[in-house]
Amino acid sequence: MKSSVNPIKRVYLHLEEWFNLSFGKEWNPLYHLGPLTFFFFWIALISGLYLYIFFNTTVEHAHASLETIVNDHVLGIGSLMRSLHRYASDAAIITILLHIFREFSQDRYRGTRWYSWFTGIPTLWMVVLLGITGYWMVWDELALYVSMSASHLLDALPIFSDSMARNFLPGNLSDRFSTLLAFLHLLGQPMFLIFMLWFHVKRLTHVEVSAPKGLAIGCLIALTALSIYMPAQSHAPVNLSKVPTEIHLDWFYLNIFPLLQYWSPGEIWLLVAGVTTFMLFMPWLPKKNEGTPAVVNLEHCNGCGQCVFDCPFDAISLQARTDGAKWKSEVIVHPELCAACGICTGSCPSSTPFRKKKEEGSLKTGIDMPELTLDTFKQQTDEVLGKLTGDNKIVAFGCKHGYDIEAFSAANVGTVHLFCTGMMPASLAEYALKNGADGVVISGCRSGDCYYRFGNHWMDLRIHGERQPALRPRVDRERIKILGGAEVDGKRLHKQFKLFHDSLTQKTATPSSATAKEVNHD
Amino acid sequence: MTKTPAIRYLLQAVNLFLFMALIAAFSAGPTVKQLDDGLAVVTLAFGHAGQPVSACHVRTPDELAALAPNMRAPMDCPRERSIIKVELEMDGKVILDLTIPPPGAFKDQGVDVYQNVEVPVGRHEFTVRMNDNALVDGYTYTDSYTADLGPAQLLFIDFNQRIGGFTFN
Repeated sequence: MKSSVNPIKRVYLHLEEWFNLSFGKEWNPLYHLGPLTFFFFWIALISGLYLYIFFNTTVEHAHASLETIVNDHVLGIGSLMRSLHRYASDAAIITILLHIFREFSQDRYRGTRWYSWFTGIPTLWMVVLLGITGYWMVWDELALYVSMSASHLLDALPIFSDSMARNFLPGNLSDRFSTLLAFLHLLGQPMFLIFMLWFHVKRLTHVEVSAPKGLAIGCLIALTALSIYMPAQSHAPVNLSKVPTEIHLDWFYLNIFPLLQYWSPGEIWLLVAGVTTFMLFMPWLPKKNEGTPAVVNLEHCNGCGQCVFDCPFDAISLQARTDGAKWKSEVIVHPELCAACGICTGSCPSSTPFRKKKEEGSLKTGIDMPELTLDTFKQQTDEVLGKLTGDNKIVAFGCKHGYDIEAFSAANVGTVHLFCTGMMPASLAEYALKNGADGVVISGCRSGDCYYRFGNHWMDLRIHGERQPALRPRVDRERIKILGGAEVDGKRLHKQFKLFHDSLTQKTATPSSATAKEVNHD
Repeated sequence: MTKTPAIRYLLQAVNLFLFMALIAAFSAGPTVKQLDDGLAVVTLAFGHAGQPVSACHVRTPDELAALAPNMRAPMDCPRERSIIKVELEMDGKVILDLTIPPPGAFKDQGVDVYQNVEVPVGRHEFTVRMNDNALVDGYTYTDSYTADLGPAQLLFIDFNQRIGGFTFN
């Protein structure tokens, strides 16, 4: 068994399990935190555009115009839009924080993934700033509190020649600042945020931006219900001759300001800078070594580009052929982007154990992992097959981030360890079945939650014949079991493993068609 | 772990309810109390550059001749500004006493003052004094004001050199 799971990861895994139970893996919100955040952003954008049509951005009329929108629009649509605007923005902060927690607890922020983490931190701050300017625009007591607090913080920095806070004292307030705020909140910050999000996902492929329809509809219904049950309210209009005493704070965005009652602005900036710096450099605390990047064997690569399409981290690209071969393209690996997952090996049509070995004596493929070559794990499969004894011989292929398949080991069960199940050519299952195995188990991360993003998904599609290089139709799928589970899922996985084992017994007793289509699935 | 659709929808509803409850709990609360009951606030806030630390000096012909032709300004005025000293008194008792050196590498910048003082509600007499000239002993500006402050009321004390002193809003 692997070493015990750290408590933070254990918390995450149980949360994930709970959501799998509630939503199923297709709708599990934890698997769609990015798209959900986008979805909430869209709600905020659409409701914000509605509000802006009727909103007067001037200091004098802002509050009154918002009250008109909220109270006088037909069917309460103004109130609904205002509440959706606020609550969707709050929901986005929750999904962003969960996103951070997920990547951290699963150790998916170091190594080649440093870039997404590093660019994500300033993106979070930009979202928070967007929320702050939003509250500022209303010109109610909360806006005054935000104005004064933010000004005190900014005045502590050597960027303004005059005190900004004095602009919000009686006689000093002008519409120029509200115009600047409107520009920032409505155009400047959202545009900059989109630009930062583009940077954030730059090193990922197949980026999902749309949440599953059912999940999105559920969230929209819930937000609408909350908006109707508890409509967002303004504070009293700004009265510069009075200090706002009781502030109903939105803690998702404005949580830094109450600290001003206890700490100086300088101390707060130190805290913000310290936390930000620490989070920015977390991927190097300590640095993670991904392993040796994939290497291309040009003599076995025809430049089909399947690995380019399958690589989750945009680490492979096509370029013009350099070796004079008849093919138009060849693939090139960008080592600094490679997570060494081996998914490219599994996606290469040349990766088949049925190929004849070349003169050098080892099985070659178009793209391979130096630390665990196709030839190596094919040999390991051969060794395992040679040692199996008893009935229902099973070869279990497992990844290093899911449940440890060593727990399945027995006289009739042998194990082959891969970096990721996506590394496994589908034809290896056929090879094992043809060479003495009665069944094949492929055990990866929890379904929908591959450590390398798509490894188990691609493998699943290949086994089902829905993605190239696909498992041949004639292979009996009933002899293949795909499992997915984390370190804490042992009980469930062993139960499924036993069921599969028993099904093989029944199959031996009553042999079925060799072209059965259904793959056993957890 | 497969649940029937009905149970699954119920669990989804429970999760979404908890999600919304979390939003509801923190989108407008817990309330932050900025100021205790029975208090008002006096804000002393202004920007002002102190007077030069010494008087300007008329250069002698010899001094002018020693300078490069393009630098021969007849007057030699110091860049450094005086320290600003401000004292705010309420009912004869000092409640704020500030000494602010001019910022800048050459100590030639104006100072920004922004100070809040919480005071009890009621009628008070405020006196604010400032010295902005190192060449003058005592205070160069003094103003007084009597205010009847209600709960959470803000008395804003500004300084405007053009009108010759402090203003009370």
